[in-house]
Amino acid sequence: MANQSPTYKQYGDQAILVQWKQVICEEILSEIRLFHEILTNKNIKQIVDVNFVYSSLLVIYDNFSINYSEMKSKLIDCYENIDFTQKNNYLIYEIPVCYDPVYGIDLDEISAIKKIPVPELIALHSSAEYMIFGCGFLPGFLYLGGLDERLHFPRKKVPRLRVPQGAVAIGGKQTGIYPMESPGGWNIIGNTPIDLFNPNRNPPGLLSAGDKLRFKEINTRDYDLIQKKIKENDFDYKNLEI
Amino acid sequence: MIHVLRPGLFSSVQDFGRIGFRNSGVPSSGPMDGIAAMLGNAILNNDQNDAQLEISMIGPKLEFQIKTKIAITGANICPMLNNKPIYNYKVYIVNSGDVLSFGQCKKGVFAYISVFGGFQSEMIMGSRSFFKGITRSTLLKKGDRLLINELTDKSLNTSGSIRQKTDYFSIEDIACMKGPEFDLFDQRQMRNVLTSKHSISKEKNRMGYRLNEQLLPHDKSILTSPVLPGTVQLMPAGNCVVLMRDAQTTGGYPRILQLFEETISALSQKRAGDFIRFQLIN
Repeated sequence: MANQSPTYKQYGDQAILVQWKQVICEEILSEIRLFHEILTNKNIKQIVDVNFVYSSLLVIYDNFSINYSEMKSKLIDCYENIDFTQKNNYLIYEIPVCYDPVYGIDLDEISAIKKIPVPELIALHSSAEYMIFGCGFLPGFLYLGGLDERLHFPRKKVPRLRVPQGAVAIGGKQTGIYPMESPGGWNIIGNTPIDLFNPNRNPPGLLSAGDKLRFKEINTRDYDLIQKKIKENDFDYKNLEI
Repeated sequence: MIHVLRPGLFSSVQDFGRIGFRNSGVPSSGPMDGIAAMLGNAILNNDQNDAQLEISMIGPKLEFQIKTKIAITGANICPMLNNKPIYNYKVYIVNSGDVLSFGQCKKGVFAYISVFGGFQSEMIMGSRSFFKGITRSTLLKKGDRLLINELTDKSLNTSGSIRQKTDYFSIEDIACMKGPEFDLFDQRQMRNVLTSKHSISKEKNRMGYRLNEQLLPHDKSILTSPVLPGTVQLMPAGNCVVLMRDAQTTGGYPRILQLFEETISALSQKRAGDFIRFQLIN
């Protein structure tokens, strides 16, 4: 029996939006992740893609071979037969981050405005465990939940034209990692040498929605070492799993 | 090989998309005008998923270095083969040394250059569609070399054309369905959004088309949720943005309408300043 009860809405003529209570909630995410896993394993041939984030799940289907009602029935049927008591197979990762001023370019500003010393900001950021609530905005960009209130900081009024790859940043109540260079309005507090998204890797994303992560502070020397290993294909990504 | 002498304005290789990775934040991409793209491959007897060159407004100048056959579909950008005008929706044999170029964009925005067997650029995550951070190329550049297959004797179909009414370029009413947050708003005001004409702003690209008219300012945001190409978002300022093929996969603005596959294609051929109206189909 599910703890939650989603609604099913037609979203255009090729997709169904399944929605739970629209709040940021780890328990809801766990159920959605399980639903996603089971849908994927069932390999329903009319399903083209499934995408979930926070408290919504989108199923895109082939409307030449199945219609909305039939697809909806299949989804409801699948959901109602899931054993939600089973253990959730999520992983916890430890992502190395260098908060050194060369990477954490907005840390001083945040520190000055909040009147919290930089080392304390770093400690707050790297002591929490964050839940990955989904991916979007950019390939491999993770939405993380669990940012300490003391670290909340508004997005920049004028976004930067270029935020570097690996930038760890804070935007409003959220924190995240830029998987590739992109324009962006979040405040940059550090950088990770880990390539979270690599289109030539299978699967391309290292972490998935439903996993958890912690940030581990490293110095510039270790940053360079890890970066070198990754370039030389000599980095064991399994070391990131706790 | 095809040698890119001039790249044109926003030229990119597109096939029918990078499917199955929206959960990793990867858009499906693919041709802006799917109708024109499909017709191009059909005329050449290509596979539907053979990659094409999507060009817009200012066309490229390409030198062919092997024999092949081509067709141009979609917008009329006055194509020329060796400086002699050719027609859209017609098959042409191209020989080594021939140069394809373009002139004024007379109608529409996006055109498709289809070649025998499709363009053979790198396939990443199941697709050749260019995308920043995924394929090495984001846009065609001067000096690029595009790999294509040589025309074999087996391909007997060396001529052909179709009469294509590009009337869908001129339609003003864009058919759509209600989006997930349609009912969040006062229905009188929503009717105003539906019956009014919206003009397309200059802020338009493969990620989305921003419309100008600020008809329904509001302060409703939604918890970040998945979005699709064709989703019409209502911005806080009151204007609409229609997400297109390279749009990001999630969004936090209310989704008031959802276009159909064909109407996304029709909308793609609209220019800045053109007017449209949303036509709700139940």
